[in-house]
Amino acid sequence: MSWRPICDLALLQPECGVPALVDGHPVAVFRTHDDELFAVGNVDPLCGAGVISRGIVGDRGGEPTVASPMLKQVFSLRTGECLDVPDARLPVFPVRRRGSSVEVALP
Amino acid sequence: MTRTLVVVGHGMVGHRLVEVLRERDEFGTWRIVVLGEEPRAAYDRVGLSSYLDGKTAEDLGLTGQDLLDDPVVELRLGAAVTGVDTAARTVALAGGESLSYDALVLATGSKPFVPPVPGRQLPGTFVYRTIEDLDAIREAATEGRQGVVIGGGLLGLEAANALRLLGMRPHVVEMAPRLMPLQVDEGGGAVLRGLVEQLGLTVHTGAATRSVDGEEHVTGVTLADDTVIDTDLVVFSAGVRPRDELAEVAGLARGERGGFLVDEACRTGVAGVWAIGECAAVEGRCYGLVAPGYAMAEGVAEQLLEQGEGTFPGADLSTKLKLLGVDVASFGDAHATTEGALEVVYANNAAGTYAKLVLSDDARVLLGGVLVGDASAYGVLRPLVDRELPAPPEQLLLPAGSGVDSAALPDDAVVCSCNNVSKGQITDAIAEHGLDAVAGVKSCTKAGTSCGSCVPMITTLLGECGVETSQALCEHFTQSRAELFEIVQATGVGSFSELIAKHGTGRGCDLCKPAVASILASLGNGHILEGEQAALQDTNDRFLANLQRNGTYSVVPRVPGGEITPEKLIVLGEVAKEFGLYTKITGGQRIDLFGARVEQLPQVWKKLVEAGFESGHAYGKALRTVKSCVGNDWCRYGVQDSVSMAIRLELRYRGLRSPHKLKSAVSGCARECAEARGKDFGVIATDKGWNLYVGGNGGFTPRHAELLAADLDDEQLVKLIDRFLMFYVRTADRLQRTSAWVESLDGGLEHLKEVLVEDSLGIAEELEAAMQRHVDHYSDEWAGVLADPAKLSRFVSFVNAPDAPDPTIRFIEERGQIRPGPVSLPMPVPASQTQEVH
Ligand code: SRM
Ligand SMILES: Cc1cc2nc3c(=O)[nH]c(=O)nc-3n(C[C@H](O)[C@H](O)[C@H](O)COP(=O)(O)OP(=O)(O)OC[C@H]3O[C@@H](n4cnc5c(N)ncnc54)[C@H](O)[C@@H]3O)c2cc1C
Ligand code: SF4
Ligand code: FES
Repeated sequence: MSWRPICDLALLQPECGVPALVDGHPVAVFRTHDDELFAVGNVDPLCGAGVISRGIVGDRGGEPTVASPMLKQVFSLRTGECLDVPDARLPVFPVRRRGSSVEVALP
Repeated sequence: MTRTLVVVGHGMVGHRLVEVLRERDEFGTWRIVVLGEEPRAAYDRVGLSSYLDGKTAEDLGLTGQDLLDDPVVELRLGAAVTGVDTAARTVALAGGESLSYDALVLATGSKPFVPPVPGRQLPGTFVYRTIEDLDAIREAATEGRQGVVIGGGLLGLEAANALRLLGMRPHVVEMAPRLMPLQVDEGGGAVLRGLVEQLGLTVHTGAATRSVDGEEHVTGVTLADDTVIDTDLVVFSAGVRPRDELAEVAGLARGERGGFLVDEACRTGVAGVWAIGECAAVEGRCYGLVAPGYAMAEGVAEQLLEQGEGTFPGADLSTKLKLLGVDVASFGDAHATTEGALEVVYANNAAGTYAKLVLSDDARVLLGGVLVGDASAYGVLRPLVDRELPAPPEQLLLPAGSGVDSAALPDDAVVCSCNNVSKGQITDAIAEHGLDAVAGVKSCTKAGTSCGSCVPMITTLLGECGVETSQALCEHFTQSRAELFEIVQATGVGSFSELIAKHGTGRGCDLCKPAVASILASLGNGHILEGEQAALQDTNDRFLANLQRNGTYSVVPRVPGGEITPEKLIVLGEVAKEFGLYTKITGGQRIDLFGARVEQLPQVWKKLVEAGFESGHAYGKALRTVKSCVGNDWCRYGVQDSVSMAIRLELRYRGLRSPHKLKSAVSGCARECAEARGKDFGVIATDKGWNLYVGGNGGFTPRHAELLAADLDDEQLVKLIDRFLMFYVRTADRLQRTSAWVESLDGGLEHLKEVLVEDSLGIAEELEAAMQRHVDHYSDEWAGVLADPAKLSRFVSFVNAPDAPDPTIRFIEERGQIRPGPVSLPMPVPASQTQEVH
């Protein structure tokens, strides 16, 4: 697995996602309020638009989530699974913090 | 013929179903297979805590020998169901085995909710739900050591008591400012706290857990205020969530807050499949108590035996409990939310009792109360709610048997005095129309539509009819928008994090975050993208532009009153041309430029701001446009200068954040070319001045605005609109346009006239002052972004490739302009909760 540096942690404001391009793949990277990092696909599987990073981050029943800004379906940040529409999901990417840098890998 | 019923889950409710079915199924038409995941047969979970207080697992057992020996019942323990095939009518067990059924009942209960604090999975953390959980806690407990329970509700206090029984020194950490925040008020909470502290508990209220600490094992808990509690045992007791994991595999719908979605007869959407107990979301609502579960079990048994409709009759959710030997009860308007309510408090600190009665403003009618330490008067008091007191309040608090009529409130007792609606009329309406919220009762019976003081009682009646009502914004806040507005205003809470830590749970969602952002903005908390506020905004607000279906944005500069110079018109054309944007005249008298990529927005706006344009807030819950007709400058019929007034109003209210968008128009005479009566506030010129109309709407439910006041001069008009808008901003619900808001006020308009024109509440001056503050502090949001590199840094296509265009965006051409290219994916059917667009 080869890790790609994405940005400085400081650019990743809690609960404000950023879009990144990892080897040509649009990825949305998030940092939750309790400083956990998540990376999922940036393209909303329900509408095909690259907008997931701009969604509202929160939780549903404690599960960290992002709501697509397009039509508000909610996805788990952990599993990428859509909690509102069966069978829809976002790919999940390994993400880590290295020093002050955030890194994403393609699985 | 014998058919097979498979019951998934052998908890209290699943067990009750089997019991009832066996009792009534005289001819043995059903063979029953019960699959329980726990290693033991159903037991009394309600009495779970007594397991640490001397009872054994056998004592807690529910299963009578006869049932276990019953040849018709096959009980399989340690048998977790992992799959359901509703087409083939089979269930799959974890081991791979498959069983067929003719009828399937899901009774999988709940699982404890563990809040997402760091360290929550460390060894040494526990939940409190099963005998095994308690065994594990017993195993880990060390006498004399400190233990921590996270959650100070009902179950949290039970868990704390359990630790105490194990010889530990328990700490209880509760986010709300008091213990059992749902059931008791501040004073009651204080006495309750005193009582449990006497029992050796250490209580931390208003305390968020920042982390559970430790490397290989828990070593402590750190609270948000940096308090560190040294401990190696943590119990999470922060609520439960329905166990609805099988919904996916079985293709069953879930309720909005989880749980298998079932109708009032506990039927899922699939024939032959029911859900009962805590896992069932009956018409969307889950019940965390055993009695409603039992009622569901009985209803389903009835259906299986074709002995009746089997509808869930509802549940009584009033609260009276004994915790750690401490009585706690609350009823009626316990929090004295009724306007003018009086509170009579009897506190005896020596005895550790607290009683509060909430009385009407003339001290004659009982509205509710809270009892802590001694709740023996509960049985007498609760039915008296909303009735004239038969004896002086202090006498009522004496232990039961004091001769007070304890009969339930009679059906003919008037609940809503404003509209003369009786209890019977309300309960009938609830039953007849299946009402599930105060709003429904209001529209069917008119009760609660005037002064609102009977609303708590209506809520109670709904509760007694088995409906758990909620004004709750979402799963994170039990309050309504208006309540949160009051909290923010009264406490000066300045951020979402602070608000949710003190008054909510979890980390919020796309419902509560924008609503709170709007409240903070209405109360003047700086630029909407400042600091944490940015993360609260819908994407439209976050990028100060309107999201389009392909992920690009539209740009709508403000054109006050629809008046624009040729120079500015040319600038719009030039900017559109330079960036290749689709250009359209809107229905709001302005020009919309579509198709800007995120990274282009600042460049587009730089040009616009330089040319003197500012944000049009087309993206915000804010004032949109004030449309105008040409008025008496040009029009031969015009009697006032509608354009000047429209511009004045648009500039005055621009940027005002509100529960929903606001639109306005000014017409120069009664011919009404600006369509002012279709607006939230519309102004129509008269010979003598202006008529002000409010509560109009186009959109989903068109409604004509109604006349609030006539023949106003310019200054009177502006003052009255100030009051109207601020009153709306403060009291409306999330996403409630003024039309719906005015209607919810009953006599709506008359009430508004009293408050706004006659100043019956004495708040007019305050409302005007609040609006003046808004006007004084207005500044253009887009200029603010352009001047701030930190805010600008968000406007990139990719954080690690700021100039690379997003590969998913593609345009084709139509009639000489761009439009989004088709996407290969189908557009989704929006789920009901995704309806609201913007
Ligand atoms: C651009 C425009 C259509 C047009 O090409 O003319 C438009 C476009 C949108 N309207 Fe509208 N509405 C536009 C005039 C109207 C009007 C007519 C008017 O204002 O005179 C109405 C009916 C009047 C009213 O609101 O009472 C109207 C009723 C709605 C509604 C339904 C509101 C309701 O109360 O039922 C929505 C949905 C919502 O707000 O929840 C909506 C929502 C939208 C949104 C914002 C949907 C969205 O979130 O993507 C559209 C995006 C605009 C964009 O991307 O720039 N739009 N919309 C008009 C912009 C006017 C402006 O200059 O600001
Ligand atoms: C400490 C404590 C105190 C309480 N006090 C009260 C009280 O005072 N008053 C009150 O009304 N309620 C109280 N409750 C709540 C009450 O216990 C529940 O409402 C009740 O037990 C719900 O019954 P149920 O059958 O729906 O769920 P449960 O009793 O939880 O049973 C569900 C069963 O299904 C099993 N299961 C789940 N999924 C599967 C699967 N896929 N395959 C097989 N089996 C599965 C579970 O293991 C479990 O055994 C209390 C609860 C606790 C924990
Ligand atoms: S509303 Fe009256 S003044 Fe305005 S354009 Fe129409 S006719 Fe003329
Ligand atoms: S008593 Fe019902 S609204 Fe006033």
